[in-house]
Amino acid sequence: MSIVRSILRSPLAAALTAPHGVDRYVELVHPAWSVRDVRGTVTKLIRETPTTTTLVIKPNGNWTGHDAGQFVRVGVELSGVRHTRCYSVSSSAHRRDRITLTVRAKEGGFVSQHLAHHAKEGDVLALSPAQGEFVLPALRPRRLVMISGGSGITPVMSMLRTLEDEGHDGDVTFLHYARSRDELIYADELANVNARVLVAFGTVFHPSHLSSINLERAEIFLCGPEPMMAAVRACGLPLHEERFTSEPLRPATDGGTIHFRRSRVRTGCDGKTMLEIAEASGLNPESGCRRGICHGCTQRKVSGVVRDLRTGAVSDAADEDIQLCVSAPVGDVTLDL
Amino acid sequence: MNHLTREQVDAFGAELDALRARVQADVGERDAKYIRRMIRLQRTLGIAGRGLLYAWAFPPAWALGVACLGVAKILDNMEVGHNVMHGQYEFMKDPALTAKGFEWDTTCPGDQWRHSHNHLHHTYTNIIGKDRDVGYGILRIADEQPWRPYYLGNLAYAFFLALFFEWGVALHDLEIERVTAGEKSWSETKPLVRGLVRKARMQMLKDYVLFPLLGGPLFLPILAGNALANVIRNVWAFMIIFCGHFPAGVAMFREEDTREESRGQWYLRQLLGSANIRGGKWFHVLSGNLSHQIEHHLFPDLPAHRYAEIAVEVRAICERYGLPYNTGSLGKQFGSVVARIAEMSLPPRLVDQRSQ
Repeated sequence: MSIVRSILRSPLAAALTAPHGVDRYVELVHPAWSVRDVRGTVTKLIRETPTTTTLVIKPNGNWTGHDAGQFVRVGVELSGVRHTRCYSVSSSAHRRDRITLTVRAKEGGFVSQHLAHHAKEGDVLALSPAQGEFVLPALRPRRLVMISGGSGITPVMSMLRTLEDEGHDGDVTFLHYARSRDELIYADELANVNARVLVAFGTVFHPSHLSSINLERAEIFLCGPEPMMAAVRACGLPLHEERFTSEPLRPATDGGTIHFRRSRVRTGCDGKTMLEIAEASGLNPESGCRRGICHGCTQRKVSGVVRDLRTGAVSDAADEDIQLCVSAPVGDVTLDL
Repeated sequence: MNHLTREQVDAFGAELDALRARVQADVGERDAKYIRRMIRLQRTLGIAGRGLLYAWAFPPAWALGVACLGVAKILDNMEVGHNVMHGQYEFMKDPALTAKGFEWDTTCPGDQWRHSHNHLHHTYTNIIGKDRDVGYGILRIADEQPWRPYYLGNLAYAFFLALFFEWGVALHDLEIERVTAGEKSWSETKPLVRGLVRKARMQMLKDYVLFPLLGGPLFLPILAGNALANVIRNVWAFMIIFCGHFPAGVAMFREEDTREESRGQWYLRQLLGSANIRGGKWFHVLSGNLSHQIEHHLFPDLPAHRYAEIAVEVRAICERYGLPYNTGSLGKQFGSVVARIAEMSLPPRLVDQRSQ
């Protein structure tokens, strides 16, 4: 296989298949085949809860693995349109031939509804290489505390599974918040791991929940809904954070006219992010997580002022790259889009 | 330029806008499936064609190979490339099918064509001095172009342009005549030349070196087959494209008449400056649906396979406003293009005398 791959990757193959490239031909034989792009085939579906499904995915040969805690951008074609979203890899970093993504169908979530309820074995998904800074340190800490809420469990589950595979014998506490017993995923597995597992049902985080946990020189990993993350942050502990499950940010209305230069479109903004404005104008910029994490929607701002919705920072630089999904216009803005 | 009042032109424009919005709202899975099917057909024909060329020992197979490869190149350039690069399939968000990301199987680099064609030609359609597709800088195609003895060779130039059309399109974008006239700087042109050389080298390497070398002793038959396929595509593309704007009855415009153009007037100029070709389903596919040049110029970014449906409505709108709708068979349209090229080769006074 690797010989075939190196032949297909050779300059000769590129020259013979120019200008389209080898991928445009091999993908006609099988949609998961590619010499460059990461793609994955769904090999199994595990119904975790009525709304949550784990997709077991066989990535193609371009997958170079992930670090525990990282996410991938997942592209899926629905009604002829490719949609891209980010999902944490929930499997162990040591299982490279199969990865798992656990998807909860969000209400009104176009892509999550599809993946959780309508994905089939054999479906091919476009994947990005794993990305993200929310990872286990390479030198594994002796003491770890993982705090998660709802579907925020997925990246820390990958960490837990990775440590299990490594036979990590340190002190691991896994504190998870689930709405109810029915909504708890990975319940059986959590009952058998080499960690102290605390699951709270139907309650919100309170600092007193940490009182029984030894936090001395512990590395703390946190992923969950924004209110919970804020409550944990308020304890003033040093944290590793993943903001995935937080809701998309909402700007106040103070933008003016938005000009998409290359598309020759001018429009108002009406309390939307730059990404939503572009989409509402019929443009289709690439996008991913829609939360400022994956940089999939980065575009060049030619002029104007934008506010970063995460930090409130305002930037008026000309010709700078901005993340559309977390930028709101302040006055008139021109984009090279 | 027409009998309509300003209000009528605006109403005409509003009707076309409404038609456009209706079609746009329906664009989706059907269009994605269509273009994927077309790409699969194009790539399959390309592979089959290249494979059959190696069967030189059995000439009919070789000839079929040439035909397959020629058709593959036609589909690649016209129904797939031209239309994808217009952004017709941008809605799919497939990185391989974006206007910016697509590259076609011809010497002209995609990015240069997008500028000269999408921007200049589609904005300034048939405006003498602005639309560089008028005569491609080498032919006299309109009365407004002053006659020079050079144009006595008009028909011969057109013949060679047809044979080497891909080169005509590629060089066209360099605007060499503007560089020599000092209107465009060499430093502006140099990166374009470099891009063209890179693309042309890639095309030539594939068709005239690598595939022939793979044939070993069949080097020459393979090379000839590839060259012939390119010529087939060139002549076909030339015919279709020249029928788009140069048959009898198509209007040319002066820059001063189009300066303060409203949206309705822009639509009107696109209609009056374009001509269709009648034909069957596969004729339209092979022409990249440029046989619906009128619809294409009205709605350049709607998926082209819908033009046939759209044409029914456009025609009805034109009839209601008493506007001409220029269409005819390939024979009729191309015949009138050839007649026009011949006529334009002669000094105007000679032609006038004859017609009196």
